[in-house]
Amino acid sequence: MIRDPKDLKRYTASERANHWVVGICFILLALSGLAFFHPAFFPLTQLFGGPVWARILHPFIGILMAVSFLSIFLRFRKLNIMNSADIEWLKRAKEMVNGDDHNMPEQGKYNGGQKALFWVLAVGMLLMTVSGVLIWRAYFHFDITAVRLGAVVHAGVAAVMIALIFVHVYAAIWVKGTIRAMWYGTVTRAWAKQHHRAWYRQVTGK
Amino acid sequence: MALQSLDILRRSATTTPSTQVREPIEVAKLIDVTTCIGCKACQVACSEWNDIRADVGECVGVYDNPTDLSAEAWTVMRFTETEENGKLEWLIRKDGCMHCADPGCLKACPSPGAIIQYKNGIVDFHQENCIGCGYCVTGCPFNVPRISKLDSKAYKCSLCSDRVAVGQEPACVKTCPTGAIQFGSKEDMKEVAATRITDLKQRGFANAGLYDPQGVGGTHVMYVLHHADKPQLYSKLPKDPSVSPLVSLWKGFAKPLATLALAGVALGSLFHYVTMGPNEVSKETEDEIDREDNEKEGAK
Repeated sequence: MIRDPKDLKRYTASERANHWVVGICFILLALSGLAFFHPAFFPLTQLFGGPVWARILHPFIGILMAVSFLSIFLRFRKLNIMNSADIEWLKRAKEMVNGDDHNMPEQGKYNGGQKALFWVLAVGMLLMTVSGVLIWRAYFHFDITAVRLGAVVHAGVAAVMIALIFVHVYAAIWVKGTIRAMWYGTVTRAWAKQHHRAWYRQVTGK
Repeated sequence: MALQSLDILRRSATTTPSTQVREPIEVAKLIDVTTCIGCKACQVACSEWNDIRADVGECVGVYDNPTDLSAEAWTVMRFTETEENGKLEWLIRKDGCMHCADPGCLKACPSPGAIIQYKNGIVDFHQENCIGCGYCVTGCPFNVPRISKLDSKAYKCSLCSDRVAVGQEPACVKTCPTGAIQFGSKEDMKEVAATRITDLKQRGFANAGLYDPQGVGGTHVMYVLHHADKPQLYSKLPKDPSVSPLVSLWKGFAKPLATLALAGVALGSLFHYVTMGPNEVSKETEDEIDREDNEKEGAK
């Protein structure tokens, strides 16, 4: 497709690639993890070559996810520091959800909701990694209470993270012109002006 | 081992009833710790019948050998020296699966049909369905299941379900030379235990009693203990075992709740889109940008 040279660069190729490594890992982990959580999802193990393979692969995909998420975290942590405008945005998120974004406070590269998601996912990833190691029986043998706690935390945090990723994906679908930022890195100036005005001013100098 | 002749009360990771039209009697194995001489004939019989051979270990200074349960040792004798009532006592307990009425292993197991609870009370592992995750170990309040290093499958005492299915008693029961292990209906075994407990009480063991812990709904392997008030004396037999609340939360309450919540978020998103429509860049903003571009062009 022909892109407007005046489009704004939102993500570099390496940032996009990093995001998709995390994304693919997340999908594979969610599908195999849900299979071990509720019998209704058990047939999903067939996507991995059967239940035993799903059990073997899941933790290794988890390690890849933890490492690539850490990279995402280091890249974007400064951009996700909350400020007063973000708190204000979060307080008025309901207006946004109801389809009226005219009175929303001006947002930088990320809005309050995106920043909140970033931090919750970061804490979630840390908990998932630690609890995941606790319950990785093939290689580790921890105290039984720690393993039980690990199992509960792993399942609970996973459910929260999957729900948040649903919201993350939906938000990208809902806000038109967003997904291309993660495909080929650019957004239109109008998109930036409407959704991230402070960032728009910063990059265009207007 | 799949046994068509035994009806199934519960099957792991299965939400619909299994075959259970028959009404078999509830069975139990009664281990009278007070008449056990620690000969380990039961260990040998178990190994013979089930065709499993644990490695020949080393003497570690006590009689315990093998020192722990394993995929190849489904029952082991545990020896404890203790002082009770001012006298040395040598307590010997045959350890192995307790066949709980409320089995934590089965509750935790994610693989359909890997753990079966027969209607007669036996809890059996069907290794062909086992995926090797070790959740059964996490769920068990007695620390019984073991994952094999050879095939990553979980193993434990089957209460010789194959023998019981054809009307025979478990191999350990058959071989016990002192009659310390008995097998029959759970009701009968309780009666046998009661007689024995009365006898023990008369002989000075005031706290003799039956170990059939209600925290796991009772068990299908029961002990007669001289010190039923202190089961921990017998190589840390838990006093009030129950499925850990963490396991119940994980595989009980959280399971349907999280599933519903996820479905709710997914459907909520869909209907949000359908009712609110997409969030598009406003025509107004697009026009502003176009105007700015045109002005710039004009200036050139």
